[in-house]
Amino acid sequence: MLEQDSGLSLTIARIVQRLKGSSLHSQLERQARISLHNPEIKLESLKEDIKDFLKTSGWEKKLQNAVYSELNVFPSPCHPAAPPEHMKEPLAYMRKAQGSWEKRILKSLNSMCTELSIPLAQKRPASEQKELLNKWNEMGTDEPDLSLFRPVYAPKDFLEVLMNLRNPNYENGEQLSFRNHLGLIQVPLKVKDIPELKEDFSELDLNVGQLGIDDSAQVPPEFFENEHVRIGQKVLAEQDSAAAQQYVRQGCPTALRADLWALILNISNQPEDILYYEQLKSNVIQHDLLVDSLIYKDVKLTASNDDYYFVFEDYLYQVLLCFSRDTSVLEHFAYSSATPPKSYIRGKLGIEEYAVFYPPNGVIPFHGFSMYVAPLCFLYHEPSKLYQIFREMYVRFFFRLHSISSHPSGIVSLCLLFETLLQTHLPQLFYHLREIGAQPLRISFKWMVRAFSGYLATDQLLLLWDRILGYNSLEILAVLAAAVFAFRAVNLMEVTSLAAAEAVLADLSTLKVMPLLQIFLFATVT
Amino acid sequence: CGFSGPVLDVLRCRPGWQQARNEEEWDFLWCDVSWLRENFDHVYLEEHVRICHFRNHYELSRKNYLVKNLKRFRKQLEREAGKLEAARCDFFPKTFELPLEYHLFVEEFRKKPGTTWIMKPVGRSQGKGIFLFRKLKDIFDWKMVSMTVCSVWEITGEGDSSQKDETQIETYVVQRYIENPYLIGGRKFDLRVYILVTSYSPLKAWLYRDGFARFSSMRFTLNSIDDHYVHLTNVAVQKTAPDYDPEKGCKWMIQQLRQYLTARHGTGLVEVLFADMDNIFIKSLQSVQKVIISDKRCFELYGYDILIDRDLKPWLLEVNASPSLAASSQEDYELKCHLLEDTLHVVDMEGRLTGKEKRVGGFDLIWNDGPVSRGGNLGALVNGNFVANTHLGCFNDRKKQLKELFGNLPA
Repeated sequence: MLEQDSGLSLTIARIVQRLKGSSLHSQLERQARISLHNPEIKLESLKEDIKDFLKTSGWEKKLQNAVYSELNVFPSPCHPAAPPEHMKEPLAYMRKAQGSWEKRILKSLNSMCTELSIPLAQKRPASEQKELLNKWNEMGTDEPDLSLFRPVYAPKDFLEVLMNLRNPNYENGEQLSFRNHLGLIQVPLKVKDIPELKEDFSELDLNVGQLGIDDSAQVPPEFFENEHVRIGQKVLAEQDSAAAQQYVRQGCPTALRADLWALILNISNQPEDILYYEQLKSNVIQHDLLVDSLIYKDVKLTASNDDYYFVFEDYLYQVLLCFSRDTSVLEHFAYSSATPPKSYIRGKLGIEEYAVFYPPNGVIPFHGFSMYVAPLCFLYHEPSKLYQIFREMYVRFFFRLHSISSHPSGIVSLCLLFETLLQTHLPQLFYHLREIGAQPLRISFKWMVRAFSGYLATDQLLLLWDRILGYNSLEILAVLAAAVFAFRAVNLMEVTSLAAAEAVLADLSTLKVMPLLQIFLFATVT
Repeated sequence: CGFSGPVLDVLRCRPGWQQARNEEEWDFLWCDVSWLRENFDHVYLEEHVRICHFRNHYELSRKNYLVKNLKRFRKQLEREAGKLEAARCDFFPKTFELPLEYHLFVEEFRKKPGTTWIMKPVGRSQGKGIFLFRKLKDIFDWKMVSMTVCSVWEITGEGDSSQKDETQIETYVVQRYIENPYLIGGRKFDLRVYILVTSYSPLKAWLYRDGFARFSSMRFTLNSIDDHYVHLTNVAVQKTAPDYDPEKGCKWMIQQLRQYLTARHGTGLVEVLFADMDNIFIKSLQSVQKVIISDKRCFELYGYDILIDRDLKPWLLEVNASPSLAASSQEDYELKCHLLEDTLHVVDMEGRLTGKEKRVGGFDLIWNDGPVSRGGNLGALVNGNFVANTHLGCFNDRKKQLKELFGNLPA
């Protein structure tokens, strides 16, 4: 009891401190001051009256949403005496592995830099700046020579690293047998089993209405859809983040999705946010970064080739180029196991005063990174709003998909969860695939790293991401991956090579995610 | 048979059908319009045969005839039902036939200086010969040539009108260019929608649920028009010539588009947009209903090209009587095969339908001598609100529907 109390007060203290400097704080102060003109506010009961005013005018709700947002994003401090690294990552061997992975990436980046003799960053000449400004809305028409650039790493490189992760304190001398884990990931992290998942994802149960199932053509809309839409409109009218997050667990109606996601992520596109985005844009115009070329290359290789996302090519540049200059993203490193790479001004290697984070936001893009942004273009058309939504999605969820940590939503746990689910519930399939050299994770890894973007049809992907937001967790990605294997089990049992297995699972564009998830979690005999 | 790709594949695979060799008797003919023009009047066709074009389909598909028919229909509607009803025909941008209506055009042109106009030759397709202009002097050269020839005809009195059209002078239409198209990702797009007409009197028309949006590969800008002729490269590239689709993924299925628009504007506005498109289909067919030579043996699959502007108003660009059925990608191939299969189901040479169906595969019956409503049986009275039986851009579970319809016969 005592621990809980002290934990709570720590959390409160932290949130208060974070919100103190925010624009919401100054807005609340301003509102309170303006309210003094109201006749209802009396000097004797000043505090109470102002509080009531803030409540009725909707400002308390905004504060609630901000607090809720903080709670979602920042983990609770484990112990008052815990060092800051523990908030990033409690397990030492994970921290070490992440550190050496980062060294590798940076080395790769630096060597590309020296090979091509391109500086990591340089100021653009005035003429180039002007040209870029003119072309800002159509950067996709540019055809720069990107042949010499390679992505810094691809998901499969990352998988190799994860496969070699070992806990030095855990000695597993036994022979590998069916009792043990037969998958690629060999670290003893705790992952949920189906009964626990059923509890966590109880809103996906068979007897609960879902968008993605109960809004299909055969089901009359009076049954579920109409009511669900009505409730959604009500949630939006109330502007309640927590309610929205609960609501989207059953899926978002297409027309309301953009607003609901913005509400959950607490994005309101204030003038200062737009200004901030414009500032980032001018940073892009003024300075050229090496990572820009990596971004260009990634967009051209992935999103531009996609049947549906090719249309949004220009938006992707506008978002990603600004993203790499956004130093506010550095804040997320407080709770991420990753550390932003540092670079030094020329000639001052090792001297801390001349160290800068590179890229400014500390995130080096990898092959497929632009696919995190592409689906969002379906919902948001105003560049600054699109940008903020993406940034918030990144610092809440996506960063966990390419950093080594023990967090339940981290990619390591997701991989382990996937393999465990498969081995426990489809042991024959798992064993068969392993025997033919087609470890399931080798196929599903890329789906999870990209949160299935580019693999599922867009409407299905958005339904999936509804649930990621609703449950504030990425575990559903692992569950879906296992469900896909379960769905195609019959075909997979007949294949005799990795290539054939890949072929069976190459095209996911016809899959309907919600029925798959429901069947896997709630309708399979365990 | 000169068609390869989906047409041949679908026809060959149909159970119980055989391809007739040259000179043999045939029951079903999929032909192009030139064959029709040459042979239709001279060949004896039995009662049971089916042919895929109406004799004078050009009343709908040639731009100058379509304009004429729409204008006439609009006048008629105004007389009969008033201005409001007639205004529902305003989905065709202001168009004039040249050189016939040149003076009318100049009058309109002078009323609104600065607007952009587009010139299209009536007989050609795939964007050939199309150009934009803003100043009258840009078409001066063109005018000189054609007017001269015109006066030559008058002086010598030679040639009949059809010869004039096709050989010497080319007839053009000049149309107000839609300067504010709806853009997605900065790009302009138009819609291709399929309508199947099995009879004109009475009018029976079906709307296919699938279709696609064709995107321009260039970002939309009005700057490139300037003061001279500019060939409309985006139109030319996006016309459905199969070898002209170099980039993979220049198209979205209409379902995607409908979802995108709903996410952006809400269900209400999007439903209005699609209802307005239904209106285009029906009114355009009604306008030619009386002029098309009706023939029980004919049916026709039209490809409608629609452009949506920034106010979410749809405009009719043109109607194709021979929409391209060549495929540019695997998805495209499947769409066209399914489209053809369902067309053949509706034409029903096998005689399996009762005639009361409101839906066959991906086709929904949208007009059966009157509007068709969604609920209830065909011909039954509808109480309460009328909801049109159109599902453009909606989920197309045609296999399932066909199975229900035909039992276990292969679809």
